[in-house]
Amino acid sequence: MKEFMLLFRQPSYDYSNASPKEMEALGKKWKEWVSGIAAQGKLASHGPRLALEGKVLKAGGVVTDGPFVEIRERLGSFIIVKAESLEEATTLAHGCPAVDANGSVEIRPIYE
Amino acid sequence: MEEDQESLKYLFQQEFSKMVAVISGLYGLQHIEIAEDIVSETFLLAAENWGLKGLPPNPTAWLYVVAKQKTLYYFRRNKIFQNKILPEIAPKTEDPEGSEELNFSEENIKDSQLRMLFAICNPAIASEAQIGLALRILCGFGIDEIAEAFLTNKETVNKRLFRAKEKLRAEKIKMELPPEKEIPARLDNVLHIIYLLFTEGYYSKTQDRILRKDLCLEALRLGVTLAEYEKTNLPKTNALLALMCFHASRFHARQTDTDPMILYEEQDESLWDQDLIRQGIHFLDLSVQGKEISSYHLEARIAYWHCNKQDTPEKWEEILDLYNRLLLINYSPSVALNRIFALYKVRGRGIALAEAEVLRLENNHFYYLLLGELYKEVDEERSRSNLKAAYSLAKTQTERQGIQEKLFLLDEARDKKGK
Repeated sequence: MKEFMLLFRQPSYDYSNASPKEMEALGKKWKEWVSGIAAQGKLASHGPRLALEGKVLKAGGVVTDGPFVEIRERLGSFIIVKAESLEEATTLAHGCPAVDANGSVEIRPIYE
Repeated sequence: MEEDQESLKYLFQQEFSKMVAVISGLYGLQHIEIAEDIVSETFLLAAENWGLKGLPPNPTAWLYVVAKQKTLYYFRRNKIFQNKILPEIAPKTEDPEGSEELNFSEENIKDSQLRMLFAICNPAIASEAQIGLALRILCGFGIDEIAEAFLTNKETVNKRLFRAKEKLRAEKIKMELPPEKEIPARLDNVLHIIYLLFTEGYYSKTQDRILRKDLCLEALRLGVTLAEYEKTNLPKTNALLALMCFHASRFHARQTDTDPMILYEEQDESLWDQDLIRQGIHFLDLSVQGKEISSYHLEARIAYWHCNKQDTPEKWEEILDLYNRLLLINYSPSVALNRIFALYKVRGRGIALAEAEVLRLENNHFYYLLLGELYKEVDEERSRSNLKAAYSLAKTQTERQGIQEKLFLLDEARDKKGK
């Protein structure tokens, strides 16, 4: 089994206005999706959660405010899964709530 | 006479482990086999003596006095041998002084057993050997009983125990509690052994019901010993205790004289032990005091929900959530399977089936049993073929019987539809 990183990119959406109920439903969706992968024994790492704020450094020492000011999607977080191939890892990514929210999942092999 | 022998057997179970723990505690763990021999001889003497003269007024005290004499005699003689015969060549490890009195007070027994528990659960010893040693030294089980609990033969158990004791000696493992800051980490191993003891009893493949129950009770007793000592009375200890209480509460409901295994759904709730459930809730309350959420916490909560047989949506939502969290910290195929059952209860057959199909636990009869259940009412043929697969993989006669009944019900449903 090889390891793959699944990176979740989502449209920059301000969750601060979401009701607690919405947040709960969203959290549940994520948890159930990750559990589905864990149930197959294919979750290698939960991945730390990324905070919302951040900075971007560009050529010439330009620092911009948030990692997502000028791009449509921002990196939400990531997990590491075990799979035989890139194709299998991609199959695991199906059903990811990021996709439902018009985001995307990037699947990248990890080399030791 | 028979009565005497019954009580002797009971006393043996009760006292063997305590006496071995106290003697080893005083003289050092490298003498554990001698401690066992001394205690065994004491019981042999008791059997002869009591057989002739009847039970003494206080059998336990009798045992303690005889064990004390035998121990002192052995170590005094050994000391002469050590000091006079092997003065130079023998490397002195722990010199058995023998000046201290053997102390069979309740407090010292508990203390010795606690230290013994940590010594046995030393990571240097293989886990199977740990369980064997725990059964022998801490629970006073006979070699044949251990062999039966592990579905193996006496020789294997003997070899395993021998190697484990060699390891105790070679690694110079001492009978002492680890330093205070190491206790939480070392405790994990101790709790794990207790958990294994309990599950071995609860889901045992052996047919001996009394043995199974004894295993569970011993596990509970060891858990209580840990909870009674301040430094090991941690939230996870209480979580494990809660878990064991909730499961043990269903002991009587799980079996009758005619039926060795009654599944949860068919159990008579009035047979559930309410005292144990209350105890479990008490320990569960104590377990939530820390920040750590161990797998015992999650399992205890699941077991708690199962103490209420009513099927409410909240119950299954909670259970599903708990299984989801359990999977992330402690994956096992059975957790994955149980989670899918909860998923089925909360989200319906379709979603559960989709997830079950990708699991592919091909050597697991519970897996096919679950698929058989999920396909029921959806695809009768698939339900049947999965049940048949489960039947061919089932481990015990009781399980096969249960599966046979399910197959029979499927046939019946088909016949009804046909008419």
